[in-house]
Amino acid sequence: MELLVASAVGILTAAGVYLILRRRSFPVILGLSLLTYAVNVFLFATGRLVTGAPPILNKYEEVAYTDPLPQALVLTAIVISFGMTAVVVMIALGAYLSSRDDATAMPVEADGAEEEA
Amino acid sequence: MSLFLIAALPFIGAVFPALLIRAGRNAAASAAGLTTLLAFIGLMLHIPAVFRGETVFAAVDWLPALGLNAHFFLDGLGFLFAAMILGIGLLIILYARYYLSREDPMGQFYSYLLLFQGAMVGIVLSDNILLLLVFWELTSLSSFLLIGYWKHLPEGRQGARMALTVTGSGGLAMIAGMLMLGHIAGSYDLSVILQNKEAIQSSDLYLPALILILLGAFTKSAQFPFHFWLPHAMAAPTPVSAYLHSATMVKAGLFLMARLWPVLAGTPEWFYIVATTGLVTMLIGAVIALFKDDLKALLAFSTVSHLGLITMLLGFGTKIAAVAAVFHIINHATFKAALFMTAGIVDHEAGTRDIKRLGGLRHLMPVTFTIGTVAALSMAGIPPLNGFLSKEMMLEETAHTIWNGSHLIVPALATVAALFSAAYSFRFISHVFLGQKREDYPAHPHDPNTGMWIGPAFLVLLVVLIGLASAKIAGPMVATAAGAVIGGGELPYYSLKLWHGLTPALYMSVAATIGGLTLLALHKPLQRGWNALPRPEAKTIFEALIGALTRISQSVTEGLHNGVLTRYAAIMITFTVAISYFAYLGGTLGAETRQLQEPGALPVVGWFALVVATLFIVAKHRNRLLSLVLIGVVGLVVSMSFNYLSAPDLALTQISVEVVTIILMLLALNFMPKETPVETPALTRFRDGAIAVVAGLGAGGLIYALLMRDFAFPTISDFHLANSYKGGGGTNVVNVILVDFRGYDTFGEIIVLGIAAMVIFALTEAVLNSKVRAYLLNRKPDLPQAGDAHPLMMVVATRVMMPLALMVAAYIFFRGHNLPGGGFIAGLVAAIAIIMQYMASGFAWATERQRYPYHAIIGSGVLIAAATGMGAWFNGKPFLTSDFGYLHWPPLEEFEWATAALFDLGVFLAVVGAVLLALESLSRFAWQPGISSEHAMDINPARDEAAKTGTEG
Repeated sequence: MELLVASAVGILTAAGVYLILRRRSFPVILGLSLLTYAVNVFLFATGRLVTGAPPILNKYEEVAYTDPLPQALVLTAIVISFGMTAVVVMIALGAYLSSRDDATAMPVEADGAEEEA
Repeated sequence: MSLFLIAALPFIGAVFPALLIRAGRNAAASAAGLTTLLAFIGLMLHIPAVFRGETVFAAVDWLPALGLNAHFFLDGLGFLFAAMILGIGLLIILYARYYLSREDPMGQFYSYLLLFQGAMVGIVLSDNILLLLVFWELTSLSSFLLIGYWKHLPEGRQGARMALTVTGSGGLAMIAGMLMLGHIAGSYDLSVILQNKEAIQSSDLYLPALILILLGAFTKSAQFPFHFWLPHAMAAPTPVSAYLHSATMVKAGLFLMARLWPVLAGTPEWFYIVATTGLVTMLIGAVIALFKDDLKALLAFSTVSHLGLITMLLGFGTKIAAVAAVFHIINHATFKAALFMTAGIVDHEAGTRDIKRLGGLRHLMPVTFTIGTVAALSMAGIPPLNGFLSKEMMLEETAHTIWNGSHLIVPALATVAALFSAAYSFRFISHVFLGQKREDYPAHPHDPNTGMWIGPAFLVLLVVLIGLASAKIAGPMVATAAGAVIGGGELPYYSLKLWHGLTPALYMSVAATIGGLTLLALHKPLQRGWNALPRPEAKTIFEALIGALTRISQSVTEGLHNGVLTRYAAIMITFTVAISYFAYLGGTLGAETRQLQEPGALPVVGWFALVVATLFIVAKHRNRLLSLVLIGVVGLVVSMSFNYLSAPDLALTQISVEVVTIILMLLALNFMPKETPVETPALTRFRDGAIAVVAGLGAGGLIYALLMRDFAFPTISDFHLANSYKGGGGTNVVNVILVDFRGYDTFGEIIVLGIAAMVIFALTEAVLNSKVRAYLLNRKPDLPQAGDAHPLMMVVATRVMMPLALMVAAYIFFRGHNLPGGGFIAGLVAAIAIIMQYMASGFAWATERQRYPYHAIIGSGVLIAAATGMGAWFNGKPFLTSDFGYLHWPPLEEFEWATAALFDLGVFLAVVGAVLLALESLSRFAWQPGISSEHAMDINPARDEAAKTGTEG
């Protein structure tokens, strides 16, 4: 199980980073979303992986619970990352509509240095 | 008066001139003068204690953890400098009132001046060297403002910049030196440092600390080779030059050397660095001064030379030389400030300060002539004036100084410097005041009004009195201050008097005076020779240096920040991975303490779905719609794994956020290209892929290492588990953490969420009010549109679902304290229920039925949460302390009430408002004329029916 989660985090991170390094705003937003999943799962996993032990207190018998703290952190992180994604999407959209171009690079000046790609 | 108040008064006073200038220039000048006078009187009240040899302390611990404390102390040396700063400051304030013209913003001037004064007083009263550094930098900044006061003059701006660059970078070096010094002594308080001479001088860090501190002192006090900024700073108004560049700022470096003299001086390193620099500066300054035609430039270089003289005396490291240094500090301040003010008067009244255009002014300006002549004679070292006394002491000391085995070199060079010093002093008198009256002055020279000459006259009176009765007038002051410089102990024998007998110093003095007169007689041919000499121009060198630095930093910035954002991201990611790897190399990894858990079939299936979807996104990301669908799959798997791994709250949140995120991105995609073009060559993609794989391996490896080990430290989660029910009244620990234990965080987060929504709203407004609007209105959809914009089935279904969905939201909200759920999830569910109406029935239809603006909903949510938090105050508890209890109303079951639920209501409202405001803003882009039909449903049998029967549907 640990291997599955760790490899999923790795793959999500790699995919997110790759997409963030693209030259258009939409893939970058997709990359940020993937990276958000990776980070959230990472944070959540710092509480270690436990199945069938949600942190809902049982009044009637003594049972084991998983770590509730990372969950509370990740819960707000998920909501905040929605707010962040929305702002980034809005900025990307405004930039595209204003310049009719969704490249992330600044416009190259006439005498500016040539970017290698 | 408390030392705090003395140090604070100028700063407090700095506020008034700027405010009072509307009441007139006199009001501004009086405010500045009165605060200075008050501080001066406060200082004078300490005279009895200081002259008894006591040290006055005032201390408040500010940041003791950093060793930064507001410790002030006043001893003889501090008293001398504070008295000079405040006393001469008072004269300058009076002088400037008449010097500045009507067009100059005088309120600003006095405010800057008082800021500077406060910073200087702070330097000389600080006991803590970190505090001293703060004031030190403040003098650099405020002097920048003062030198560049005439903003319209390019020389003023350049001079100010140069002064700031040189003294500021010296200050930076000094910070490092002071930190080393404090590190060696184990304390940043001067009173402790000064007791640790042996420890400091035997430390390995002594030489680096010494050099760094001296860099600060030398740049500030314009010592060779950093002397060049001072003449350029002469572009400042003359009161500034008189104040900063004769009596105060340039003496700060000397003050520091004198202050640290007990612990730093006395070593060969100190002698060779300080004394040699001082000697060279004294000589060079004196020679250049003779050939300057600008009165202020002449005085500036003479100041450089005299500062060199004092530096040299301090560098000798003997107690008697230190006494001479202190005495010359006093004397130089008196005659040089008077000379600067005289030069200002000449400039002001004759309209020029070019020596070649002056001469014969003694007939026209007798008062100024008298003042200027006495001060200049003192500078030349002519008896019976005070300059003579200290110069004699200096020459006497050089006669006993051996430099690298040579008895002659120091006294010889000092005599040459004194000779040039006498020459330029005589030139100041003869070429400005003596000679024939001329007809071609730019203005009509005459003596200024009393306000302007009273200041220099007072100083010149001091010059004469100290000269005639030095032991009575200056004696106690010199003794007290010199006692402080040498750090206690017996003062060596010395006597402040005019006649010491036929000493070597007297012969040297006589030689200097005669030589000076000879040089003056030969001035014309000498000047021609000097002008023909090739000389390095300091300003050109400085500007070339700054230009080179600018080019280097530009090329570095260009290389890193060339506008291609991808490059920044790549650099950042690579760097992050690199430092993580570095940290990993430096640390130790404990043995694995946990076993791998055997995954069931379900996790493996989910993992495959996630991995395949992710890889497909990467491979197919150019097809934007497809990648959006696939990212939904990833989100779903993540949400299910949260559920599987005992986090039902997270699963609920993730899945509802997923829905709104996908809707949001779809909305945006509607206006953007649906395909991403291939732009990057395969090599770049390969490079990016390599960076990505390394980052992924790092993140995956890190979490795997973490998952296979137990907590290194006891976790605080147990506290939350144990107290959730007892203290928070809820069994859903995650929810209790959110609304209770960490309520403050949640409160902050809903505010952030609200701000994000507002930002989106504001951006929408900005974009829609620009020329983009025309484009949007005339936009042709790039994909074929559905024939049915608002399908009947969907409209009906969503309307039926709306109350159900809201019911679910309410249910989730209320059970949240004890079972998975809560304000965040309920808010998202409710928002989705409303968004469904927008999607199915259209924007216009939904907006018409909207009762409250979303801004207000966000605001009320935050306010309810805040009010709930504040409710705790009425119970005498801190902000956001929750309370709960149980009610039992038959026939209902017993149920719980908790203030946390009210807080959660605030969270709920903020989330609903933020999500809806964000999505509504985005959908406003889609509006085009004719897009909204009158009816929510395109096909409505009821409407057709009504049309037939003639009734409205």
